[in-house]
Amino acid sequence: MADTDLSKRDLVRDADVARQPTVVVDDVHIVYRVHGAGSGKGSATSAMSRIISRKRAAGVREVHAVKGISFTAYKGEAIGLIGSNGSGKSTMLAAIAGLLPTEKGGIYTNGQPSLLGVNAALMNELTGERNVILGCLAMGMTPAQVKARYQEIVDFSGINDKGDFISLPMRTYSSGMGARLRFSIAAAKTHDVLLIDEALATGDQAFQQRSKKRIDELRGSAGTVFLVSHDNNSIREVCERTIWIEAGELVMDGPTEEVVGRYERGERP
Amino acid sequence: MSTVSEPVSLSAPRGADAGLTPKQLADKYGLAVSGRRPGLISYTKQLWARRHFIWAFATARLVAQYTDAKLGQLWQVVTPLLNCGVFYLVFGVILKSKDNFPEGTYIAWLCIGVFVFQFTQNAVQSGTRAIADNLGLIRALHFPRASLPIAFTVIQLQQLLISMVVLVVTVLAAGIAPGRTWLLVLPALFLQTLFNTGVSLVMARIGSKTSDISQLIPFVMRAWMFLSGVMFSIQDNIQHWPKYIQTLMAINPASVYMDLLRHAFAPVIYNKHLPAHQTLPPHQWAYGLAWGVGMFVVGYVFFWKAEEEYGRG
Repeated sequence: MADTDLSKRDLVRDADVARQPTVVVDDVHIVYRVHGAGSGKGSATSAMSRIISRKRAAGVREVHAVKGISFTAYKGEAIGLIGSNGSGKSTMLAAIAGLLPTEKGGIYTNGQPSLLGVNAALMNELTGERNVILGCLAMGMTPAQVKARYQEIVDFSGINDKGDFISLPMRTYSSGMGARLRFSIAAAKTHDVLLIDEALATGDQAFQQRSKKRIDELRGSAGTVFLVSHDNNSIREVCERTIWIEAGELVMDGPTEEVVGRYERGERP
Repeated sequence: MSTVSEPVSLSAPRGADAGLTPKQLADKYGLAVSGRRPGLISYTKQLWARRHFIWAFATARLVAQYTDAKLGQLWQVVTPLLNCGVFYLVFGVILKSKDNFPEGTYIAWLCIGVFVFQFTQNAVQSGTRAIADNLGLIRALHFPRASLPIAFTVIQLQQLLISMVVLVVTVLAAGIAPGRTWLLVLPALFLQTLFNTGVSLVMARIGSKTSDISQLIPFVMRAWMFLSGVMFSIQDNIQHWPKYIQTLMAINPASVYMDLLRHAFAPVIYNKHLPAHQTLPPHQWAYGLAWGVGMFVVGYVFFWKAEEEYGRG
């Protein structure tokens, strides 16, 4: 590890250029407050005794999801975030996007980072067509932009390959079709800082090829890409730098080969 | 602040920036705090830019709401009409409220009241849940959060406009001819919509922090409905009460908007020359304007103050 470090430093000294930071994460803590986590919250007697004994909130539990993570991302980097389930990767992404407030510390970004994902804005009762429009508007496109991109999105998703499915409600779609349409909508917009949360593993083989290509395009136009995934191969393909997070703490931050290799072997530094 | 401790760090600033703390680095390159609340004016601009989303979201919700019901959106009209039927029977016929009104006009008075009050009631109820029920959306996408309570008020407005068709039929059936006062329906509804949006914004912020409030709201709304004189005339019953209570009842925003719309649709009810009639309390337009604009401004600023915190839940 020391060797790679030295060689890298030498390289840097050769270049001796200051890189432009796009995302600065400075000692960030994130705490979720979960209501109704306490035992017997619903029962009247426990609620009464809670009111009498203490004034507030026995039913509220705090989950410390991110504990003091710091790193800086630079223009042109693609950074993978790895770690086991519940390690705080997705929380970290949401915080970078400014969607979750930090408890302590600061996150500074260049422009508005966007999460690649519109699932929550879509409604299963509506037709695919209306969902495309709704999803695009939710991402901040103007109606004119939506109109211009609409056909492209539908074609990319391949929903209409087997008949006119786009005019059917989304609840009638198979899970793969739904995932494909969601990805197609989300990927229709370009961003300065792009955050991708497990979007690569959707759809059939042909669609996965297309979506990898699309992500490369997005990377080209975006300044910095973050990718959260459990698929180490897609991390290896897309990212040159990887951050390993475990239990809300930063375990390792370095070149992808090194970090993913150690992660796979389960060697914590 | 010196967080650069590990020997290997791709994070460490290089070249001329070497040795800067993350904060200094961020300042040097003009990076902004992610998710910080924008100023009131730029917030309003952002909100205006999302107007198409608000409208599309509201319409989509409205359509999606009744997809399971065979009669579909017809239920938006049928439910309040059934309410009107019950109220007419109980308050109009059994409790004889309709005797205080010009011949045959009670049903129009009642229906206008029910539809108008329901507009405010639904705005309050859906506003309370606007943030709490859409946390997924808030945690996934960036948009001014005020879009949500406003969209839910737009949904209620769309429902009301559908109900208006039925209302007009009822008023005509009660033998009330359309007149110039019908033009007043538009400004009255506009002011009520402003008021409802304001209340909805206030309730959205409160509801996002205190989920218990949604249990209390149905009770509060029912109490408010009875105190506002939706199905019987309050003023007939409190004529001999102290003056300040009468004033208090007269400036109750629900009564104000119901009075304004009732007067607009059916001025005959307030005709002094008829033996049985209602009196329009003074200054109702002033109250309506003050409530509408005041509540909207208060609600908007109150909601905006907590903008960056809604994602926490």
